[in-house]
Amino acid sequence: MTRLLTGTALAALFAAGGALAQETLTIGAVGPKTGPLAGGAAVTYWPNVQLWANDVNEAGGLQVGDTSYMVEIVEYDDQTNPAQTIAAVQRLATQDEADFILPPYSTGLNLAAAPIYDRYGYPQVTSTANTGNVEDLSAQFPNLYITLGAASGMVGGLIDVMTELREAGEIGNTVAMVNVADAFGIELAEEARPLFEEAGFEIVYDSSYPLGTQDLSPVMQGAADANPDSFVAFSYPPDTFALTEQAIIENLDVGVFYTAVATAFPSYQERFGESANGVMGIGGVNADDPEFQDYAARHEEVTGQAPDSWASAMVYSTFQIYQQAIEGAGTIDREAVAEYIANNSFDTVIGPIEWDENNNNPAYWTVGQWQDGVFRGIASTGREGEVDPIVKSGWE
Amino acid sequence: MTARDRRGVTIGVLLFALAALLPLASDSYFLSIGVTIAMYTALATSWALFSGPTHYISLATAAFFGIGTYTTGIGIEYMPYWLTLPIAAVIGAVLAALVGVATLRLSGVYFVIFTLGLAELVRQIITWGQNVSGAKGLYVLTSITEEHIYWQLTGLSALVFLAGFLIWRSRLGFAVRILGDDEEVARHSGIHTARVKVLLFMIPGAVAAVTGAILAPRYVYIEPAIAFTPMLSFQVVIMALLGGTGRLWGPVVGVIPFTFLWEAISGTFPNQTTLLLGLSFLVIVYLLPRGFVGLIEEARGRVSRRGAFA
Repeated sequence: MTRLLTGTALAALFAAGGALAQETLTIGAVGPKTGPLAGGAAVTYWPNVQLWANDVNEAGGLQVGDTSYMVEIVEYDDQTNPAQTIAAVQRLATQDEADFILPPYSTGLNLAAAPIYDRYGYPQVTSTANTGNVEDLSAQFPNLYITLGAASGMVGGLIDVMTELREAGEIGNTVAMVNVADAFGIELAEEARPLFEEAGFEIVYDSSYPLGTQDLSPVMQGAADANPDSFVAFSYPPDTFALTEQAIIENLDVGVFYTAVATAFPSYQERFGESANGVMGIGGVNADDPEFQDYAARHEEVTGQAPDSWASAMVYSTFQIYQQAIEGAGTIDREAVAEYIANNSFDTVIGPIEWDENNNNPAYWTVGQWQDGVFRGIASTGREGEVDPIVKSGWE
Repeated sequence: MTARDRRGVTIGVLLFALAALLPLASDSYFLSIGVTIAMYTALATSWALFSGPTHYISLATAAFFGIGTYTTGIGIEYMPYWLTLPIAAVIGAVLAALVGVATLRLSGVYFVIFTLGLAELVRQIITWGQNVSGAKGLYVLTSITEEHIYWQLTGLSALVFLAGFLIWRSRLGFAVRILGDDEEVARHSGIHTARVKVLLFMIPGAVAAVTGAILAPRYVYIEPAIAFTPMLSFQVVIMALLGGTGRLWGPVVGVIPFTFLWEAISGTFPNQTTLLLGLSFLVIVYLLPRGFVGLIEEARGRVSRRGAFA
């Protein structure tokens, strides 16, 4: 037995010694596998962790000087509970001695973990945190990066698109607006009210519904009775689907139909087919960019599911930043890698990412639209590949 | 104070002094486990002060905890952090009193259901408030470190033990023991049972609120989904029952092994955590109906019986 083991070890040694030295890099990943955010993480977060590890290892690992590092992922379920996120990041840093830790999922869980990343000097390049408070945060946590954008930009993009359509004479100036009464929905609606007014739109219906509302037909009937030219819903995944369903039932006749989170999910198109054509949603991608198309194809091949057309690519792009920074810095020393991230821009599946003075990515997609079965970005704060919006015409 | 009391107090003081030294002696991984243990010790011990003798199962811990978190989250804008702790305690105690007055006259099962709903009720009220005012999530950016949080929680646990010790020896404690044995008898002896229960219920209310307030700086970002997790209420109950509620030191005997079990399960089986926790609950309920306290006292009884026969 001993001899057999020695033989195997020797063989392995020869195989490895033949070319470059090969080592393993331990990479931590913490996100919800259970709890309220598990559904979202299963679409946008975990498949990308799998895909990224696969991509890196398939390419022969990360090239750091003369050494190539294969990555090994250690993942933990935080149960959508910040106390568990803190515990898991702590465990990764001290027990598993992870070389790097990928960012957690969602705003709250990222910020809860930020002090731990900060204490151990792990760069935290977030992909799913959304905050209007970047200045204070970057002062407190110099290693924290935000890429997803802010509510003000998301709403601003939508209103610009609508203003453009109105000036082209395609839609009128009345808007029905609803929002889910939960964190992000509230924030978006709060940003939207004064901006709509400023842009000369008239809000003829303004209502909210609690998170988890099953029957949204009263909301949609109320909106339909106001006879608006546009319908805007700052919604979450379940209500995005339910509101669209009700709009089809009511045959809501509007030129702009907008729902927020989950509109960019592939399952939206699958569920509504032709009816989805012309629906606008939050986020977006440059669907014609070969980088993105290649990414989407690999995503489908490796994980067995298609990426969504907003946050999926954002998540993957932050993983690419880690990858490029480790290779670019030419070391696995965290301090050097953190410094490399701070001082460089990165070429990712969503295009180039550069930082402003608050370690924030100022260029992000704000509005996308289903056009002939593809969700395309129609507005951004400085991304390439925006296409022209189309007017929603019927639900058949 | 009897000799036995004195011995108990001495041991307690020594153990707390020892616990307070943890941040000096360990790395931050064990410190973060220490924070969890200190937090659940405060929560479970105060929970058992009320639920042990009265047999009312309270699932309101998450509600009080969330209120405390929000007290610090909102308060830190306007006042020094230290001031938010007593305010959280008062708010928690007052809310507990209101809930107690409304429900403790009812029999046990109504109380359980009401307390379960309370966390959701408070959470919905806060969400509604945010929706009306347009307020966003709250940021609690402080320079408070994990060590500070640990010491505060350990201090809070010591206070809970002290309160439990004093109550047990007071007229209130006497009334509670009678009430626990037979409410009818207690009432006929002239004990104002509803008032006793309300007074006692204010303790876990205040303690859970202060715990939430202490932990707010650790979470950095406060929103309803984070502050009000129903799981917290169930964990406190299961830990207290695992330890046993018959003794003041009972819950902590459950908290420590349970925290390590939880840590081991989430570290080793990240994909089956919830499943394995459910199985551990079943094992606890079936094999340890009286908790570790029952097990320890049984063993002790056996030893002394054997001693008597010899």
